[in-house]
Amino acid sequence: MTRISINGHQVSVPPGTMLASALLGSGAFRFRNSVSGEPRAPLCGMGVCFECRVTVDGHPHARSCQVPVREGMEVNT
Amino acid sequence: MIVVVGAGPAGIAAALRAQECGARVTVIDDNPNPGGQIWRGDDENSWVARFRSSGIPLLSSTRVVAVDVEARSLLVETDGVSGRLSWKKLVLATGSRELFLPFPGWTLPGVFGVGGLQALAKTHLPVAGKRIVLGGTGPLLLAVGAYLRQHGADVKLIAEQANIQSLAGFAPELLRHPRKVLQGASLQWAIAGTPYRTGCWIDSAEGVNKLERVTVRSGRDIWTEDCDYAGVAWGLTPNTELLESLGPEPEDVYVAGSGEVDLSFVEGEIAGLNAAGYPERTVLLAPKLEKARGFAAALATTFALRDELRHLAKPDTIVCRCEDVTYGELRKFTSFRAAKLQTRCGMGPCQGRICGPANEFLFGWETGTVRPPVFPAKIATLFSDAPLPADTTGQPDTKEITS
Repeated sequence: MTRISINGHQVSVPPGTMLASALLGSGAFRFRNSVSGEPRAPLCGMGVCFECRVTVDGHPHARSCQVPVREGMEVNT
Repeated sequence: MIVVVGAGPAGIAAALRAQECGARVTVIDDNPNPGGQIWRGDDENSWVARFRSSGIPLLSSTRVVAVDVEARSLLVETDGVSGRLSWKKLVLATGSRELFLPFPGWTLPGVFGVGGLQALAKTHLPVAGKRIVLGGTGPLLLAVGAYLRQHGADVKLIAEQANIQSLAGFAPELLRHPRKVLQGASLQWAIAGTPYRTGCWIDSAEGVNKLERVTVRSGRDIWTEDCDYAGVAWGLTPNTELLESLGPEPEDVYVAGSGEVDLSFVEGEIAGLNAAGYPERTVLLAPKLEKARGFAAALATTFALRDELRHLAKPDTIVCRCEDVTYGELRKFTSFRAAKLQTRCGMGPCQGRICGPANEFLFGWETGTVRPPVFPAKIATLFSDAPLPADTTGQPDTKEITS
């Protein structure tokens, strides 16, 4: 299993899990706030819509549907 | 050097055919694994396996940011690395994305494209026990419904907007493709017990901060289905941004891919042979091409979108999800350009990839206005003039990338 941190909480997921899948699986539904403050989560699942943007290891705007999890990854939604 | 953009069925076919002819090929792809959206790194797929063992350099998780037609180079960006990649011949196999039609509640977390939902499920999104409604059109609904059920999901309804008459009209074409009949039969078995309604579609999605239920319509019947996830499929739209940014009639550029796997593959083969300088070898592929085109055309006719879908969006329904621009704001305008200037519609990070095709469908606007960068990029990338470092692919012959 691969361990990652989601908003400070430790989560273990199978290797090869895409970050968006890990986030949804952990119960996260607010990946980002829209410009009018609505919660948004993945729509296209293939890197096109940018709705699944999160901050990975301090870098903002990572498309979580295109980022496989890595051991020790720190994710903030 | 032939550069192939895209490692889906078309890109893989182009690369393998070109390599067979003795050409040097490099493939670049936005995804972490080859295979495109349909094969997604599936090593049980013989073409993905063959591609992986071919020795053809693959730059994964790599995006094309801009194209310099004069210099014949692509500006590309990957994690932490950016640079230019030169080509003598360029094959664009950039694939398709799902078409999205705005309906009330489609911005709620839990509403996905059907292909996107499957992509996430294939990368360990837990779906066991989840109540899921699929709606829209096309064979993908059935394929994904079957996949989700196999993985323990409670698929409550598959709503197909096409009516039963047009589906019946599809039968003769299907019979010309025995392999697809078999696929269809096994799908039917796999979804046995899941209601499959024709002439039926999702009218709206509801919930507080996330999806809780959808409202479904079939003729005069309207009802709700409680669900955790909804997958919508309105067909595919091609990724043409890179092609458009090349300007009219660029030299030594080949395009392949259609959204239908068999047609994409044969188009890729033809593009690869042409790029490698063996156009005469494409003659043998003519019957395969014709057959695949027939099937793709029948799909398009059978699953044509009904007019009612143009009226799902209400004045407060968001159309542009990046900038939160509503249908009510947009319908004041007569062109996409005017709407963009006044509302920022289509000017967010997705650059109109989602709302552009939706606006075309809703208002009949022409929305193709591509300017570099064709993909959001780091500022440093835009100033990057260096040839791409040879060691980024880990393949032995990548020193030749810039030759």
